[in-house]
Amino acid sequence: MTTTAASRPPLLEARDLTKHFPVRRGMLGWSTALVRAVDSISFRIDAGTTLGLVGESGCGKTTTSKLVLGLERPTAGVLRFDGQDIIRLDPAARRNYRRSIQAVFQDPYASLDPRMRVGAIIAEPLVINERADAAARRRRVQELLDLVGLPERSAELFPHEFSGGQRQRIAIARALALSPRLVVLDEPVSALDVSIRAQILNLLRDLQKRLDVAYLFIAHDLAAVAHMSHTIAVMYLGQIVEWGEADTVALTPRHPYTQALFAAALPIDVDEARADVALSGEVPSPLAPPSGCRFHPRCPHAMKRCATEEPALRPSGGRLVACHLYDEGGSA
Amino acid sequence: MAIDPGTAERAAGGLAVPERDVTAAAARRRRLPLLPLAIIGVFVLVAILAPVLSPADPLSQSLRNRFKPPVWMEGGSTAHLLGTDRLGRDILSRIIWGSRVSLAAGVVTVLIASAFGAAVGLVAGYYGGRTDAALMRITDATMSFPVILLALILAVTVGPSFTNVVVAIAVILWARYARVIRGQVLTLMSLDFIAQARIAGAGAWRIITRHLLPNTLNTLVVLVTLQVGYVIIVEASLSFLGAGIPPPTPAWGSMIAEGREFVTSAWWASAIPGLAILAVVLAFNLLGDWLRDTLDPKLRQL
Amino acid sequence: MPSPVIEIRDLHTHIVTRWGTIRAVDGVSFSVGEGETLGLVGESGSGKSMTCLSVVRLIPRPAARITRGAVLLDGEDLVPKSEREMQRIRGRKIAMILQDPMSSLNPVFSVGMQVREPVALYHGLRGRRLTARAAALLGSVRIPSPEARLRAFPFQMSGGMRQRVVGAMAIAAPPRLLIADEPTTSLDLTIQAQYLGLLQELQSRHRLAMIFITHNLGIVSRICDRVAVMYAGRIVETGPVRQIFKSPAHPYTQALLESIPRLGDRRERLTAIEGQPPDLARLPGGCAFAPRCPYVMDRCRAEAPPQLAVAPGQVSACWRHASA
Repeated sequence: MTTTAASRPPLLEARDLTKHFPVRRGMLGWSTALVRAVDSISFRIDAGTTLGLVGESGCGKTTTSKLVLGLERPTAGVLRFDGQDIIRLDPAARRNYRRSIQAVFQDPYASLDPRMRVGAIIAEPLVINERADAAARRRRVQELLDLVGLPERSAELFPHEFSGGQRQRIAIARALALSPRLVVLDEPVSALDVSIRAQILNLLRDLQKRLDVAYLFIAHDLAAVAHMSHTIAVMYLGQIVEWGEADTVALTPRHPYTQALFAAALPIDVDEARADVALSGEVPSPLAPPSGCRFHPRCPHAMKRCATEEPALRPSGGRLVACHLYDEGGSA
Repeated sequence: MAIDPGTAERAAGGLAVPERDVTAAAARRRRLPLLPLAIIGVFVLVAILAPVLSPADPLSQSLRNRFKPPVWMEGGSTAHLLGTDRLGRDILSRIIWGSRVSLAAGVVTVLIASAFGAAVGLVAGYYGGRTDAALMRITDATMSFPVILLALILAVTVGPSFTNVVVAIAVILWARYARVIRGQVLTLMSLDFIAQARIAGAGAWRIITRHLLPNTLNTLVVLVTLQVGYVIIVEASLSFLGAGIPPPTPAWGSMIAEGREFVTSAWWASAIPGLAILAVVLAFNLLGDWLRDTLDPKLRQL
Repeated sequence: MPSPVIEIRDLHTHIVTRWGTIRAVDGVSFSVGEGETLGLVGESGSGKSMTCLSVVRLIPRPAARITRGAVLLDGEDLVPKSEREMQRIRGRKIAMILQDPMSSLNPVFSVGMQVREPVALYHGLRGRRLTARAAALLGSVRIPSPEARLRAFPFQMSGGMRQRVVGAMAIAAPPRLLIADEPTTSLDLTIQAQYLGLLQELQSRHRLAMIFITHNLGIVSRICDRVAVMYAGRIVETGPVRQIFKSPAHPYTQALLESIPRLGDRRERLTAIEGQPPDLARLPGGCAFAPRCPYVMDRCRAEAPPQLAVAPGQVSACWRHASA
């Protein structure tokens, strides 16, 4: 992990970021309940590094990525990019922000317009945002195709003529068209064959080194996240329960949920020591999160105060944990 | 890493495991629907070349020659291949000239209705929320209004004419397109490439015209083709009722109406225009079916 | 050595498509005994799902058909059986759990109705005894308050819960063989852990033979005794899990293991497998993995290698192991 990143100011910084969705209930939609999709989270991504975001369904990682991409407006909190508050932006500045943040999504078959040629797909961000002439655009498209390892004539073909892995490369090329500083990778390899995933992950790492681009990496393959990320944040029911350097969190997790999560990421090596932490129960609905620590109903180490007091994210053992087990003196 | 177009897609595990016997279907797809295309082609040519092809003036009456039977029957002559009608007018000529009316009505009406309806559907589907709700309310209301009634009202108030027929039908037909296109747009909106366009900074206009519209073209084309037949029948019905193209302009519907009372004796006066309608509508329907079969699987590639 | 519950011998299933004939299953042989779990590993197009669909004869007709081979269930060949006979075997003797629990359950019927159906069919129970047995079945898959859950509908349950219901229906008979096709792929990780534990419990209780189809080698490591690795419709390596993962013999297995990221792995780059998965309509003659194999020899392109023994219980279809 690069330590030089720590000396630069954070590229993206979120503080107490919150997003609640009202859900209309009742016959005519009178009463509204709140889905607390993201509830006051704080994190940062340094330039040229990768933040891995893990958690199960309902944890809020998809909503977080939408907030970062500007596809949703936060209910509360601060989101800063390069020191600038991006929530309260005028349309021109918002456009600029759009250029610095791009995304690659999970489904390689739904993320490319089937009716457009690959060259047009990759060039689209350029067409919308820059006034360069067609020749300059063509050159840039070739540059990008080369960057992601696709041959020149790809530009003339249609998406359906490519395999899943190749389509993800096209999606990556498009994401890089405007030279963004941050790319949100939402399950970029989950829909690909196992033997292709390594190719794409390697490509992403190479691109990060070459272009000094930061990633927000969301995936349910914990080993892949640990491999790609510099820091990992673990989310549960809209909150961050643990956050620290990737190896620290993945190999020596402290929060009971993180422990259970990484224990469930089954190792391939049969002899590898496996912490057998089997959680009981289901993930509660974000409409009615439990009181106090949201994880306490399923936690094997729950204490009395966990039901009433919400733990704060505090440093412990070289990372941040939100758990009462580590409250006093920083060790359990 | 070399790409082989086609191979790459197959290699990604895109195994087509079809629900019916593929070889027959594939053969059907490769083979153009010659019969429907031929029928439509013939009628289009006939309509365009009517002044040249028509053996007689469709309007000239000759009471002496009324109800002459077609040439293959006793009493028929080569002067009137398909016989004559109540006023002694040559049926073949009237069929030829009538094709202009039917085809023009069909095509023009459908084009207007589809353009407007697709626009409404695209806007409703894209914006969603209150815009969608409002537009769909209007669409629903429109769809429930009977076409024939509207045409009759127009005929009574403004007087029957070609324009009234087109207007009456189009004003109600667009709703069908709006509904269907909106449904498709809703499906498309959930796909990632729309979100990607937004992330790239695209505005509503670009997304609608550049991304949504091209992906609804398949559906639109099929719907348009199938609707032409429907409109031709409606026009014929209106002319039959006297609310359509006014006489003496030859229209297949009014031809049927004029021969109505003589079905038992001079049956050809009504039957032959009826057959013409049948042939054209059937041809368009078959063509539409074929288009849907051909275009649908590609849609699934999404 | 007791005879296996299921034995597949040289099975070939071909599918006719507009791109040509696809040899989806191209000479597959393996067997699974009582209480044993075989992991069937491979990527899309490897034939792992098609093999199991061929076993229960749920291949899409008429485009797909079994062209050769035998499927022996307790010694009896299923291939020549009529559709009627197969209907009696499906569910009763061989059960399947599929990936998507939402489409495995009928959304308009209550859970109780759906669980009662196989119980009524296989055990001829009715009325209160039927309900009691259905509730017991739900309890055996660790669904809390099973009697109340009988009245629930699938949409009221979480994904993990639904998969348990599907599991309950699968073991209603109980069958001799349970085929699970990626049953945990759509479930959350912590729920997956629970579900795998449940499957193991069900297996040992009913002495089931189990075939577990997955591309996740971690799962194989956890619950499978033996593993068969498939590529392009053929089995390239079979053997005990520990042995295969510790010393994989086939280049594809080796490459697969090296390309998967692991926790605690200090590598900067993953060792990627070059090339693309094969085009099943146009397979090269010889070994299907040859275009991507780092050890390819001329012989590989000319002739498809047979299964060759590499170690006790472990076979690999690779010319490198041939003594000649």
